Amino acid sequence: MSTVQNQNGNQPEKRPGNEPWNEAGNSPEKKPESGLTGERKNAPVDGPDDIPAEKFTFVQADKKLHDVRLETKPIGYFQDAWMRFQKDASAVVAFVLILLLLAFAVIVPFVSTFDVAFRDSYYKTVLPKAPVFVGLDFWDGCSNSTETQAGYDYLNAIGQESGESAVKKLYRSYESASGAVLYRLRADSYARVGYVFVSMSTAEFQALQDYQNETGIQVIYPMPKTYNTDFVMANGGANFWYQLADESKTSTGLAVYDENGSYIPNYITSDNENAAGYDSLRIAGDDGGADGKTWDVYAVRNQSGVKIRVNYHQYFLYQHPGVEPVFYFGTNIYGQDIFTCLAAGARLSFLLAFAVSFINFVIGIIYGSIEGYYGGTADLIMERISDILYSVPFIVVATLFQLHLADRVGVLGSLLFAFVMTGWVGIASTVRMQFYRFKGQEYVLAARTLGASDRRLIFKHIFPNALGTIITSSILTIPGVIFSESILSYLHIINLETSSLTSIGTMLSNGQGYLSTYPHIILFPAIFISLLEISFNLFGNGLRDAFNPSLRGAD
Amino acid sequence: MKKYIIQRILLMLLTMFVIMTLCFILIKMLPLPAVREMGRDINLVYAKREQMGYNRPLLVQYVLFLKAVFTRWDWGVGEQMYQALSVTEVMAQKLPYTILVNLYSILIAIPLGLLLGIYAALRKNKWQDHLISTLVMVFISVPSYVYAFLVQYIFCFRLGWFSLTLESLDSAPLFSFRMFRSMMPAIISLGFGVVASLARYTRAELSEVLTGDYMLLARTKGLTRAQAIRRHALRNAMVVILPMIIGEFIGIVGGSMIIENIFAIPGVGNLYVAAINVRDYNFFMALTCFYTFISLASGIVIDISYGLIDPRIRMGSRK
Repeated sequence: MSTVQNQNGNQPEKRPGNEPWNEAGNSPEKKPESGLTGERKNAPVDGPDDIPAEKFTFVQADKKLHDVRLETKPIGYFQDAWMRFQKDASAVVAFVLILLLLAFAVIVPFVSTFDVAFRDSYYKTVLPKAPVFVGLDFWDGCSNSTETQAGYDYLNAIGQESGESAVKKLYRSYESASGAVLYRLRADSYARVGYVFVSMSTAEFQALQDYQNETGIQVIYPMPKTYNTDFVMANGGANFWYQLADESKTSTGLAVYDENGSYIPNYITSDNENAAGYDSLRIAGDDGGADGKTWDVYAVRNQSGVKIRVNYHQYFLYQHPGVEPVFYFGTNIYGQDIFTCLAAGARLSFLLAFAVSFINFVIGIIYGSIEGYYGGTADLIMERISDILYSVPFIVVATLFQLHLADRVGVLGSLLFAFVMTGWVGIASTVRMQFYRFKGQEYVLAARTLGASDRRLIFKHIFPNALGTIITSSILTIPGVIFSESILSYLHIINLETSSLTSIGTMLSNGQGYLSTYPHIILFPAIFISLLEISFNLFGNGLRDAFNPSLRGAD
Repeated sequence: MKKYIIQRILLMLLTMFVIMTLCFILIKMLPLPAVREMGRDINLVYAKREQMGYNRPLLVQYVLFLKAVFTRWDWGVGEQMYQALSVTEVMAQKLPYTILVNLYSILIAIPLGLLLGIYAALRKNKWQDHLISTLVMVFISVPSYVYAFLVQYIFCFRLGWFSLTLESLDSAPLFSFRMFRSMMPAIISLGFGVVASLARYTRAELSEVLTGDYMLLARTKGLTRAQAIRRHALRNAMVVILPMIIGEFIGIVGGSMIIENIFAIPGVGNLYVAAINVRDYNFFMALTCFYTFISLASGIVIDISYGLIDPRIRMGSRK
């Protein structure tokens, strides 16, 4: 009977499952009655109603007393925690957000058209562009700027030659206080790259011409005459294909127009149609007929082969077939795709954080259990050790590990060691505290009396009490590790940047110098890490409450 | 109480010594970097190395090091940076910047954090509380460098309110408004975290105190709500909040490396990062001890202040 009673005592809520059990007549409430059996035995003799003894039968004579299986499903600790966690809306949202960020970090490096090693020296610092937003003045790779007449000429000229305009919108033009005409416009950071000079071997040149002939896409454009001016010339002057009003060294870069208001080309011409071996598509208006027998020159021979002038967008498509130059989060100063780099960096951080969290969990549990369970001298010594480890500033540990181990186990390995070295202390002290709280309790004593071994007491009886707290704190190590890693790599104390590896901190420090001009380089990593920290904190709070059974019913 | 304090201090000194020894050994186990050719002071550095017994056994070096530190407070000279300048002197030059920036920041942040926390606790579960709690949650979670970038972008670049760099000592003395103004971006960035954590702490503590039975008693005996809060709730909440504020004050010496780095404040945090990056081991050693000492000392001071502020703890220990 007592065993039955105990099981019932563990169920705080009365559920229908208890009822069949009550019918068996073993309910604790009826216990005092069964204690009266002694009196009843005497009843036939002394009682007022003389019931003959043979009429009495034993109620439970042939019955076996069994615990009746609960008909409802029992709710365990984790199930209860999960049920209460689901009620916390912010924690659930945070959890979903974490999963999304994690999915971003895991999936993007596999599916992205670019990788971390990708660097493009012309599409550098281009702005974020998502194809769905093009034309909406938002996330379209364009930015508003104010240009002078020369700058306006420059941008417009790109559009006139290739048909792909760099000026998306012209808001207004006005005269500034100093009398200069200024243009307020929206320029496409991708299209404004325009044209670049490329040197290549004759074989490559031939392949490019074949590509042009095959697809009918104009990649190679005529070579312009070079100006000897101090005027800022982007891309080595490849975009100055038009006649400047002033060709002197101090040119202001203003263009001259023909009677239709168009730019006047300023190409190198030759009487040889196939100068420098060019025999492919020609731009409109280059037929050699207008002024006798001259053609535009599309290539100039140099040491490596030829120097040509290409439309960079088309040339990019030629180099990377099927890859449209669209960078969702823009590119940084090295021309790396921030979208991919962020995902790769985040993946690295997550990987590190999960590893650290797991190792700390294991070490912390073992160390804390031993400390808390045995107490005494063992505790005193072990507590000193963890105290010392805990007091060393983390940056010192990270630096020393970096200096000693980076050559042997790599930067990431030494960072992992550094995190593990000090990280487990927190979890160990949580475990230790729980042990001190529970090890003196009666049920532990009872188990010990029944002969339970130390290991059984630790892991079966005491430790599960602490499990919720420990899981919460080891999950909360994850954002901590990611944050510390980003700070260390930001400060260049660790260097996680290789040709195919990057980290969030590195991305932040690379972008810091360009905060005023290209804030998007920092924006996305900063948003990512902020979202991550916020959602992990919310998630951790929700988890802590869910794992705390004393809060049950409080909400 | 006295016994407890002495015990704690002795333990701290022991911990400090162990960390110092470990650090010294670990640093000396690294290959000694050649002195960077920077100027004519290179010979001074080599002479100093000879004096500190750099090519003698590790133990001898450590004894020499301890002797120099404890008799002459000589932590060596800068080798890779601030060549031949005394480490402690350079640190003394840097410290005022760190202290000042952090001091300004917490002087502004603490009242703000307390007020927000008290307000949220008094308006618990109303929209004001939800708003403050949400903001606090966000500001606690978002890393400090993100604020720093935001502050730099908005206040320095977009609005142009503050200059990007710190005023030099020649143009503005340390305790001047101009210096304060040029420190402003760093002060703001540092402040967010302090405001948020203090507000959260105050709210939690005060709302717990407000549900206490003695608050009901105070109201029952005729105090107004304001009186009861001022005389009973706030005082009791402060028992827990004040040690935290004291901890903040000790923390100002350490400062924040990343904020100093972003705003180029010539403080100790920046010095430390520089020492690590150029591998100047003397600076590294001294600053490591410095930071360890601060973290240990603040732990002790916080613990002791609990006892000093809370009579229950003070009396309890006097058995």
